[in-house]
Amino acid sequence: MAYAAGVDVGSTQTKAVIIDEGRTIVARSLTMTGANVIRAAEQAFAEALTAGDLREEEVEYVVGTGYGRYKVTFGNTQVTEISCHGRGAVHMFPGTRTVVDMGGQDTKAIRVSPSGEIVDFCMNDKCAAGTGRFLGAASSALDIPLDELGPTALRGERPVKISTTCTVFAESEVLSWLGKGKKIEDILLGVHQSIAARSTGLLRRVGIEEEVTFTGGVARNHAMIETLNRSLGVPVNVSEDSHYMGALGAALFALDHILAARIPARHDA
Amino acid sequence: MTCTVGIDVGSTYTKALVLRADRTIAGRAMLPTGFKLTEIADRAQAAALADAGVAPSDVDYVVATGFGRHQVTSADVHVTDLTAAARGATLLFPETQTILDVGGQTMKASRLTDGAKVKSFRLNDKCAAGTGAFLEKTARYMGYSTVEIGPLVDTSKEPMAISGVCAVFAESEVINHLSQGVAPADIMHGAIVSLVGRSVQLMKRVRMEPEFTLIGGILRFRRMIDVIRAELAADVNVPEGDLVQFTSALGAALLGRRRLEQVADAHGSAVPPGSRAP
Repeated sequence: MAYAAGVDVGSTQTKAVIIDEGRTIVARSLTMTGANVIRAAEQAFAEALTAGDLREEEVEYVVGTGYGRYKVTFGNTQVTEISCHGRGAVHMFPGTRTVVDMGGQDTKAIRVSPSGEIVDFCMNDKCAAGTGRFLGAASSALDIPLDELGPTALRGERPVKISTTCTVFAESEVLSWLGKGKKIEDILLGVHQSIAARSTGLLRRVGIEEEVTFTGGVARNHAMIETLNRSLGVPVNVSEDSHYMGALGAALFALDHILAARIPARHDA
Repeated sequence: MTCTVGIDVGSTYTKALVLRADRTIAGRAMLPTGFKLTEIADRAQAAALADAGVAPSDVDYVVATGFGRHQVTSADVHVTDLTAAARGATLLFPETQTILDVGGQTMKASRLTDGAKVKSFRLNDKCAAGTGAFLEKTARYMGYSTVEIGPLVDTSKEPMAISGVCAVFAESEVINHLSQGVAPADIMHGAIVSLVGRSVQLMKRVRMEPEFTLIGGILRFRRMIDVIRAELAADVNVPEGDLVQFTSALGAALLGRRRLEQVADAHGSAVPPGSRAP
């Protein structure tokens, strides 16, 4: 049995996924990227090997992806995170035509063909507005852990309207709403709606075609899923493994390499 | 003696200035704005009056400006920051044609007519990368507070290039430079160069002409002035000391005085002390 691995070095977290020949995930791992990107990639891969009870030699091919993909020094090749998220999303939800990937520092809108190839994409690489950082700013302004933002926002009934675009200014706007006596849940619901509206705008630029699959770390946040559903007007697909979609896509590309390398051998026989 | 007061409620600081009838400054005060704008405006006004040694009953006219001007309930009239800045800058530097105002959360460039009125303006209040918040964030990523920016950057010899596209994304850039041993002063200097680049772009869009007058809280950093001067290859006017932060409040107080004089002219006599103009 051959195994393939994908290592997704994101701006905030590094993810590794190992799949078998049947394209089933056998192991996954997650670690903070931090300042030493090479070590984060090595650690994520080592932890995935341990989780899958595998030896390094058993993994025949490794693909690196994410912004730090070239720091995956043990990787055989690199593939962009756009391709990997598209590939992973179509594998999980074959009806996927549009992918929204929300990570720690950027949001990407990707349109894919039925076979999972990238048709068009769009991302905010110049400005942190409408990304996971917006939630980070709200989290530090209100002193609420990131994991509790979603559950708190879901209790909101009368969302405030967040008018600022810039993540830096949003922090002071959140505090000013608090100063005006608004409830934390209503402020947070407003924050989620503002991110959803911005992401919808990004998605419109590539064209929203159903089904829409939501990937990336922020897809674990239920309030984000709900506000995105409402803002898009269609329900989004979300997998338990949405956080690992880039790494999964990378592992699928790695498996392609392994299988492609076998074809000439068969012809020779 | 009767005075007028200008109150400038900015995004970061609230400034109040008391102006005598002969257009000399009697007193001033500055407080962090916070979130209770009406209250902070009243407190700034009281502090400025105390500084001037002027009784509240000697104040004949109050003009409010700045983003929070509509919350200033004590004001007789509200004027935009651009109008107030134009009046203040031309009182200090009569030949002013172009004003650059860099505050904590906004950046404004305006071009004046010969009559000290605003002919055209451009402003940025949408993106922190083009405002003082960019410098504040850069300093904070390195563990420095806003007041330390000036002394820190004065020690820099060579700016380290900072892309300055987004104040949030700058964090990883700053951390990267620090880990490679770049001096914090040079990174701060680079952030100032990047902010000045944006300022000059904004000034170009109003078709800038000399003389240039620079105002706003960020211009209290000498290095900022040096970099702008070099970038424009022209001399610039900068109000002395902390007056650079009070220019709009000064302009507001001056507009109050002019209003009183106009009313007096219309009535053919001086306005009695203590009575407010309609």
